[in-house]
Amino acid sequence: MENNAYLKITDLSVSYGGIHAVKGISLEVPKGKIVTLIGSNGAGKSTTLRTIAGVVKPKAGSIQFDGKEICGKSPDDIVSMGITLVPEGRRVFGNLTVLENLKIGAYVHNDRLDKYLDDIYELFPRLKEREWQLAGTLSGGEQQMLAVGRALMSRPKLIMMDEPSLGLAPLIVKDIFDIIKTINAEGITVLLIEQNANMALKTADWGYVMETGVITMEGTGADLLANESVKEAYLGKRKED
Amino acid sequence: MTLSVFLQHCLTGISLGGAYALIAIGYTMVYGILRLINFAHGDIFMMAGYFMIFAMVSFPWYVAIPLVLIATVLLGVFIERAAYKPLRNAPRMSIMISAIGVSYLLQNLATYLFTALPRGYPTIPILKKIFQIGPLSASLVTFITPVLTLALVYLLVFLINHSKVGMAMRAVSRDFETAQLMGIKINRVITITFAIGSLLAAVGSILYFTDRMAVFPFSGALPGLKCFVAAVLGGIGSIPGAMVGGFILGLGETALVALGYSTFSDAFTFVLLILMLLIRPTGLFGEKVTDKV
Ligand SMILES: Nc1ncnc2c1ncn2[C@@H]1O[C@H](COP(=O)(O)OP(=O)(O)OP(=O)(O)O)[C@@H](O)[C@H]1O
Ligand SMILES: [Mg+2]
Repeated sequence: MENNAYLKITDLSVSYGGIHAVKGISLEVPKGKIVTLIGSNGAGKSTTLRTIAGVVKPKAGSIQFDGKEICGKSPDDIVSMGITLVPEGRRVFGNLTVLENLKIGAYVHNDRLDKYLDDIYELFPRLKEREWQLAGTLSGGEQQMLAVGRALMSRPKLIMMDEPSLGLAPLIVKDIFDIIKTINAEGITVLLIEQNANMALKTADWGYVMETGVITMEGTGADLLANESVKEAYLGKRKED
Repeated sequence: MTLSVFLQHCLTGISLGGAYALIAIGYTMVYGILRLINFAHGDIFMMAGYFMIFAMVSFPWYVAIPLVLIATVLLGVFIERAAYKPLRNAPRMSIMISAIGVSYLLQNLATYLFTALPRGYPTIPILKKIFQIGPLSASLVTFITPVLTLALVYLLVFLINHSKVGMAMRAVSRDFETAQLMGIKINRVITITFAIGSLLAAVGSILYFTDRMAVFPFSGALPGLKCFVAAVLGGIGSIPGAMVGGFILGLGETALVALGYSTFSDAFTFVLLILMLLIRPTGLFGEKVTDKV
């Protein structure tokens, strides 16, 4: 893991006023891989991703992307460099149409978007049918598709997803994970946060476990799946005495 | 009241309403983006009045008007930078209080610089020219105001619905953080919003003061309050709503004056506000949910 880190976070600390949400974590995401970050509520997972995206300023530490320091850069610079975040809770613009939501995903680009829109519609045919509908009227699953499609419109090299399966029916969750694999197969690196640890660890090449602001464990998806304390805490299985 | 007198009053009302509408749009746009009632907006309008007085001293009207528009836009943008931007992450109440502070600051600054005595508003010759259309006769400004208002509102709505920056404005008004995640520079969008609001206030001030003929440091206070009411009537956040609200107030006020109840013409505005808040708090064109996610 050490040599070819695409995204490399070192000793990152973030606080909100007095609340110390992330306490000096280090993690790496190799190019072309899927890495997942699991952990209980309030562990600081979303904070980590929002800091990478530049909407939260860190207290200390460094974030390097493709060898360049991105800590302290503005969100629009970070998007332009090829990092995008699908935020927790989808956050589509409900007052914009589906098409406008996709276009706004490509806000940092100034060229013609037809070709890129076609790619997204190929991946999510449902969005094409609903092109002119206001995004606020879409179902939860459709909104998640739109949030992913919108992020892809920025032509990312690294896509970060914050609990994309949250609140979705099992069948749709499976669709989402299939899409994550498809996106990854096209060469986009993925950093994934999930409550659904089982699916996430099965999909990911590497996993980190985060608890109350620190990383407590890491390993391949398969290793973590087999780990007793991970099983107990995140997979809902009791340790057998 | 003969038909021609009635039409004459309607024309006056629509014209006053047009000026109100232009100012009301500034309130509604800033509220739409920042959820801030920009109490200083009426005073920016007043300052635009003074800018015109000084510009006309040294320049012909066709140079003075663009100068006034530019100066007012700069003032509006500067106020945003100095008084609101530092409070971007502060509780909403702090930024409201800052806006009230700016309002008093501008009023007192104007008193200090220009004295509290009313100053004559310069005459822009072509706006004052009397025109005759059928039985109606009025100065050009009375005819121009509603037409110009409609044209500007149409242009603005078109810009917001069909341009990239308009799309960014709508996105920022819905969700700051997600808009940032899309790569939108929210400060730039907010600057543009204040620039447009101030520009329309400057246009409104030229049309309004040409009919009133004097400016004093509190000239912006009551019209500002009325235009805020117009924005609330129309549904704060909605641009067509602000325009309709402006026309309703302008016509209502003129009607009361025409019927001989001019003492009640200001009270009318606030009665209308209270009624609206009781019957339909979201205003005529307001969104159902106005709170930010
Ligand atoms: N804007 C904020 N202001 C203050 N505190 C915050 C803010 N956002 C998050 N926190 C706090 O930071 C800590 C970490 O929150 P974060 O959202 O990163 O957790 P998380 O791991 O994503 O949790 P979940 O799985 O519930 O989404 C929590 O204690 C939370 O209360
Ligand atoms: Mg979270």
